[in-house]
Amino acid sequence: MTAHAVLPPAQQRTLRRAIRIEWFTIGFLAVAISGVYLVMGNSQAMKAAWIEDLLSLAPPIAFLIAVRIITKPATDKYPYGFFRSVGVAHLVAGVALCTMGTFLLIDSLTGLISGDRPPIGSIQLFGQVIWSGWLMMAVMALTIPLPIYFGRVKMRLAKDLHNKVLYADADMNKADWMTAAGSIIGVGGIGLGLWWADAAAATFIAGSILWDGWRNTRAAITDLMDTRATTFDDHKPHPASDSITQYLRSLAWVADVAVRVRDQGQFFHVEALIVPTDAAVPTLTDLRVAQRRCQELDWKLVDVVLILTSELPRHLQSRETDEHDRSPLPALPTHSSDSAGDGVFTGTAARWLALG
Amino acid sequence: MIRQLPSRVLSTRRRNIPAIIGGTLGVAVLLAGCAGIPADVDGTLRRAQDGELRVGITHNPPWTNTVNSAAPSGRDVRLVQEFADSLEANIVWTVGSESILTDQLHNGSLDVAIGGFTDDTPWTDRAAITAPFREERVDGNTKKHVLLTVLGENQFLTTLETFLLEHGDDQ
Repeated sequence: MTAHAVLPPAQQRTLRRAIRIEWFTIGFLAVAISGVYLVMGNSQAMKAAWIEDLLSLAPPIAFLIAVRIITKPATDKYPYGFFRSVGVAHLVAGVALCTMGTFLLIDSLTGLISGDRPPIGSIQLFGQVIWSGWLMMAVMALTIPLPIYFGRVKMRLAKDLHNKVLYADADMNKADWMTAAGSIIGVGGIGLGLWWADAAAATFIAGSILWDGWRNTRAAITDLMDTRATTFDDHKPHPASDSITQYLRSLAWVADVAVRVRDQGQFFHVEALIVPTDAAVPTLTDLRVAQRRCQELDWKLVDVVLILTSELPRHLQSRETDEHDRSPLPALPTHSSDSAGDGVFTGTAARWLALG
Repeated sequence: MIRQLPSRVLSTRRRNIPAIIGGTLGVAVLLAGCAGIPADVDGTLRRAQDGELRVGITHNPPWTNTVNSAAPSGRDVRLVQEFADSLEANIVWTVGSESILTDQLHNGSLDVAIGGFTDDTPWTDRAAITAPFREERVDGNTKKHVLLTVLGENQFLTTLETFLLEHGDDQ
């Protein structure tokens, strides 16, 4: 039914740029990791920052592996193709971050509670004896600008490509400067004779690693659970499912529609259940045209399946109540409710009605 | 609407990044201009200057010899005496085993411990280790000699290290 999913030319260019910048990131991290390792000494904050740098390797590697695997065509054994490899990579990266974050948090808090005082001595550099703390701070300062740049570029590319691993990576790069700044503050604190500054900075860094891990693990699990397709940053439902529903609804032979969209990482799989009107049951040509038009709505819609049925399944009809249950807002206005609430929820309510 | 809020918060933070980096670097440069970095948490160096230097010693000839405990001798002893002279400090000796001396360093009742210690010492969680200042060949391995001092007293540590790098090979 569908040819193997291929990116449109513009997205292919974006993908090539993304691959290039991920290789740059790995190169940069290799230098940063060795540099920080050479100077880290006894600072807990530097150790935490070093481990974070080490973990930052995971998303670029996961991305580079995943973009290779997803191009493999579907086989008998894997009839849905290999798109899910992106989700699996995402989950692995998230769990690794969680584990390391927890370990570091406990390690740093223990240091803080037991009042560990990190010794940082001096080092002979070009015949000059200097305090190693200066060297640590200088190296950490050098690791600040590039990740910020990488993060910004990747965020743009992730949006264009609709790639969540790339997004997670961009988000992590963006947060990396805080780690570096945190360890500079920690080492600077030691320099000023504040023994707790280092462990406190390390706790803050560990917390940020754990937070990254928690968010990524949650996002990866939700995606593997076939949650409703969202935009690349998980902020809102992806508009593609609305446009398919609207398009199908506009057809003369359609009485009712329910659409299920699955995010496979780079592409979407769509199942549209259609109740045809009694008067005009569609021909095969009608269906083929409708299916093609659906795929043309967005390049991500590579696998659209139209299913004719006499009645929409109950669980798709009752989706509205699910949303109410999961909503973070305690009381949602009912259909007859006051206008103030309606004003805020117009967009969401309209979407539910479309699905119902 | 509510969902968009975090992204707006993020974008404001992003715009502040250059300012924050600039601020951090500025503070770092300012700090670099100040003297007294690194500082001691408990002011060990200031207390020792013109005062007393509390030195722990364990018997390990030829580096340390405590047969006459009132007047210890050895290469590490001469080294630490020179260091005390440079601070114009008097040495108060405490003789003991490695584990007792490192305990006393950890609870702050000693300033330095000597006894031909090497940089592979296992006491790193109880004492700060100076940069190696002397090398010795033992059974074909190179052993790097260090002194032990108090954790977190980084001004004292760097002062001692600077002294050792200049005079460590004399003895």
